Amino acid sequence: MATADDLKFQEFDDAANLLAANPDATTISIDEPVEIPKNQHSRLQEPGREEDDELLGTDDSDKTELLAGQKKSAPFWTFDYYQTFFDVDTYQVLDRIKGSVFPVPGKNFVRLYIRSNPDLYGPFWICATLVFTIAVSGNLSNFFIHLGKPTYHYVPEFRKVSIAATTIYAYAWLVPLALWGFLMWRNSKVMNIVSYSFLEIVCVYGYSLFIYIPTAILWIIPQKVVRWVLVVFSLCLSGSVLVMTFWPAVRDDNRRIAVATVATILLLHALLAVGCLAYFFDAPELDFPAPIIPAHNGTTVITKSH
Amino acid sequence: FPGLADVSISQDIPVEGEITVPVGSHSPDEDYSTLDEPVKDTIMRDLKAVGKKFVHVMYPRKSSALLRDWDLWGPLVLCVSLALMLQGGSADSKDDGGPQFAEVFVIIWFGAVVITLNSKLLGGTISFFQSLCVLGYCVLPLTVAMLVCRLVLLAGAGTVSFVIRLIVVGAMFGWSTLASTAFLADSQPPNRKALVVYPIFLFYFVISWMILTFTPQ
Repeated sequence: MATADDLKFQEFDDAANLLAANPDATTISIDEPVEIPKNQHSRLQEPGREEDDELLGTDDSDKTELLAGQKKSAPFWTFDYYQTFFDVDTYQVLDRIKGSVFPVPGKNFVRLYIRSNPDLYGPFWICATLVFTIAVSGNLSNFFIHLGKPTYHYVPEFRKVSIAATTIYAYAWLVPLALWGFLMWRNSKVMNIVSYSFLEIVCVYGYSLFIYIPTAILWIIPQKVVRWVLVVFSLCLSGSVLVMTFWPAVRDDNRRIAVATVATILLLHALLAVGCLAYFFDAPELDFPAPIIPAHNGTTVITKSH
Repeated sequence: FPGLADVSISQDIPVEGEITVPVGSHSPDEDYSTLDEPVKDTIMRDLKAVGKKFVHVMYPRKSSALLRDWDLWGPLVLCVSLALMLQGGSADSKDDGGPQFAEVFVIIWFGAVVITLNSKLLGGTISFFQSLCVLGYCVLPLTVAMLVCRLVLLAGAGTVSFVIRLIVVGAMFGWSTLASTAFLADSQPPNRKALVVYPIFLFYFVISWMILTFTPQ
């Protein structure tokens, strides 16, 4: 096993001395510490510096190529194969979450944060948290809305957890699958500069769902205006992450197909948010003190409530 | 030989002796000796092991007994009793609203398996069943909370009882999470500890939510 000394940059005279001492020794030249072992990654280079390089726009395509070639060398029936998808540290996951909530205009989420190290930890646990957050918040919100009514008897509504789980996991896996298939098909017709692997698309979708977790908690507030403002706000943030990721992948294509693809992505994302709001959260009633809602909106609320 | 013709052994003299095989040290293989013991001893030995683990959970210290001799009896008993106590018991249990028996079972066991797989995929060194054992045993504080909640609900279902239940469930939730983290945290790589602890937090939060929202008919 290589010690830390072997990985440090060797001075020229050392190598020359070594060669002079043993001329027949095989030499390996390591020109740049690109292939840093993963467990030394956090110690040898600060994460901030890496991201500064990215933001400056230095071309790292060869680095990502090298890193991409190193991954997934184990066959898919071994445990080690799946371990390569969980090769993230705490700070990396937190950085990716931050990147999905505060999208940097013009910078690609995949290129900036994922960079050939897609993980399944983030998408899986963000979806799990979202499922339980929506179920619990919906339950709490209904409780507060119907509190005080004589005919109301509180039920935990546990069925909704299964429904929420099915919906969100289906969205987080089937939509990336369809999108990936579609992009592969278009790639065969039109040569695109940017193409994503399936796991990178799953990663982007998973992390882009993070903004809905605080949104779901804030949806407990039983004001219709507040809820819709939250929907629009979170849709803008996560939608912009998705658009900035996928626009470079389709912009070389036929104009109409590119626009249609991006529009479909946004539409499905909006459908998820609105659908969750409509199904899990009962509409606030008219007699609840809501000074913001004018009367004519109140009647539409009643007709829409179930 | 004429002298020997007179030698005869009387039938009255008993021929006796001893043939013993030297046993040496006490054999470490217990299998043969436990076959003959009374059933009570067998059951009491397993019960004592389970009981000792319960005590370890209630006073979590860095002891390796829970990890070394894992067993799944305790988690099974806890899971079944928790699932039974979460049943509404009403005649019309169709639209109870609460979790069914099978749902509680699935959530606890499937959740524990997923958390174990997660910690192993992140590079943890704990074995699969050891982790299941720890996660299952640390449901004990929440089962105690469920018992307390049911007793409190017998007295009444108003705001005061809700506040009491909230405090008890919250305290037990914290205890469960801290106990399981104390046992499992050492086997994780140091820069991924938070990634492993968070799913455990979510797991016990979901169980606490099921306990807190239990309303009898």
